[in-house]
Amino acid sequence: MSWFLSWLSGAILYAAPILYPTLGEVVEQRTGMVNLGLEGLMLLGASISFAVSFITKNPWLGILAAIGTGLVANLVYAWLVVHRNASQLAAGLALMFFGIGMSALVGKPYVGQMAAYLPKYPLLGSQSLIFRYDLLVFLAFFLAPVVWFFLFRTRWGLKLRAVGESPAIAYAAGVSPGLVRYLAAAFAGICAALGGAHLSIGITGTWSEGMTAGRGFIAIALVIFSRWNPLRAIVGALVFGGAVVLQLQLQAQGIGISAFLMDMIPYVLTVLVLLVWGRGVRHVAPASLGRVYFGTE
Amino acid sequence: MPNFLRRWKWPALRLTVTVVVILGVFGLFLLLMGKDPIKAYRDTFAANVLNPRGLSELVVRMAPLLLTALAVAIPFRVGLINVGAEGQFMLGALLGSWAALNVQGLPQPLHLLLLILAGMVGGALWGAIPGLLRALGWINETITTLLLNYLAPLIVGYFVFGPWRAPELAMYPQTPEFPSTARFPSIAGTRLHLGFFLGLFFLAIYAYLISRSRWGLEMRAVGGNPEAARRLGIPVERWILIAMMVGGALAGLAGIAEVAAIHGRLKMAISPGYGFMGFLINWLAFANPIGILIMSFLVAFIASSGFTLQITQRLPYAAVNVLMALILFTVLAKPLAKGAQR
Repeated sequence: MSWFLSWLSGAILYAAPILYPTLGEVVEQRTGMVNLGLEGLMLLGASISFAVSFITKNPWLGILAAIGTGLVANLVYAWLVVHRNASQLAAGLALMFFGIGMSALVGKPYVGQMAAYLPKYPLLGSQSLIFRYDLLVFLAFFLAPVVWFFLFRTRWGLKLRAVGESPAIAYAAGVSPGLVRYLAAAFAGICAALGGAHLSIGITGTWSEGMTAGRGFIAIALVIFSRWNPLRAIVGALVFGGAVVLQLQLQAQGIGISAFLMDMIPYVLTVLVLLVWGRGVRHVAPASLGRVYFGTE
Repeated sequence: MPNFLRRWKWPALRLTVTVVVILGVFGLFLLLMGKDPIKAYRDTFAANVLNPRGLSELVVRMAPLLLTALAVAIPFRVGLINVGAEGQFMLGALLGSWAALNVQGLPQPLHLLLLILAGMVGGALWGAIPGLLRALGWINETITTLLLNYLAPLIVGYFVFGPWRAPELAMYPQTPEFPSTARFPSIAGTRLHLGFFLGLFFLAIYAYLISRSRWGLEMRAVGGNPEAARRLGIPVERWILIAMMVGGALAGLAGIAEVAAIHGRLKMAISPGYGFMGFLINWLAFANPIGILIMSFLVAFIASSGFTLQITQRLPYAAVNVLMALILFTVLAKPLAKGAQR
């Protein structure tokens, strides 16, 4: 039982850094933009928040820095896609390259250092050592229903989804597709960077090159799994977090399986999730997903 | 002004401006990191262009890049985005190494042929997974190829740290050295090896097939409008699978060539991102054979510059990714005519 509780506790902790980029990508894809650059944004958030919190000894300033970086970096992506009519896939991959390289440059002096952690608070006032989380974990699980409410129960959410279904019709109805996409990209950039920042200064307290280990791509898979619904995204993030923690626990118990094979679990699981739930989602996906909107005359 | 100059004036000017912008922005980053950009650029140029050995190393580095660029270009022709050349490269290196280490007593040409084929099979199988999932209409190939890139090094790691680890080198996780019959021959005095000529050979075949054969026409039809191609009786799904497998096979060949020619044994650090560089090359060249040749040289120069900067400026190697991203950003920011999409 205690084993199960500590697994659950860890699953919730590790769900947060994947839930952030997933929520951001859900919103972005609901406006018709596929962003493959999440991995780069997460790495930027992780490295910059770590550097700032190491220098200032204040993790909250690190979080702020990550928010600013993610925002600016993803607005560059949005500019390429919205204003320069660039391919979304290529622009996203360019962002990925940029994040991988830039985070390595920024984080170089801090490899092997420890930074100030975010403070942790017990869930439901429990006294035990498990179920203690930093504020970013609480925020992540609070944000998912908020995003759901915004997307499906407000007028603004309706406009946003309209852009994703048909930019031309949204435009005719008085919505500016470009503006909506910029705003969605800004939100997604912040989310992805927060996910990365939570990994470096919320969970591990360290920085290492490429530490997000493909979470940006796993998040894209979770968006497909969640059928572009933020509430289902919580489930996906918990499943993924659970897999990561299971793998860590098995390794800690020292069973005789190669660590390399254990490290495969999250990726294999993601491919399987896509296989089972990713088929035949085309009718659920936003209709204009991945297409370039050249404007309406 | 002679006609050819007039024709080249604007593209050349645009290219110059692009290069200046990229070098300027990257220099700014170097400045912010507390490095001297002028010195960094001078060192890079001196080490890789003015030095004959450096220049020959550029050509050596073109070998894997030509092949990984083709691994992206062939699926691109049928409208697929293969971002998985990195993983296909690793799997090719793995299976090729198996053939190199476990087969003995063959004469060198046969042994080389065997390990080349094994490497191509490894890459083709790794490419077949996303190809099959896409051909069945189940999962988009972009996301699967990206995810498989994270699995491939783990598989290589399992063998290199586990069953294949050389006992005599306890410090370094790597396989024993390949037998001499499994080493790629190279031109005396340089590291210019068989892999480079294989790369040129396959590039030539690619150039011929896409422009002069029925296959090339069918691939273009599938890439242009799969529905129309299907109505014409072209087996669209089969082409999707074949393109991914052939692409994977070429990336796998790049992997085993790199191992058998340069390293002589399988280890973890065999690719500084050759698969991703192949993607960049193809995007710059737009699947054009001549473009692939030119851009491979350019990217080989960037990759080598990364090593120079690592040594002289103590920058992490991943910094070249910034340079590659800036190039892609600049190319993507160039506005195109309506209807055309990059």
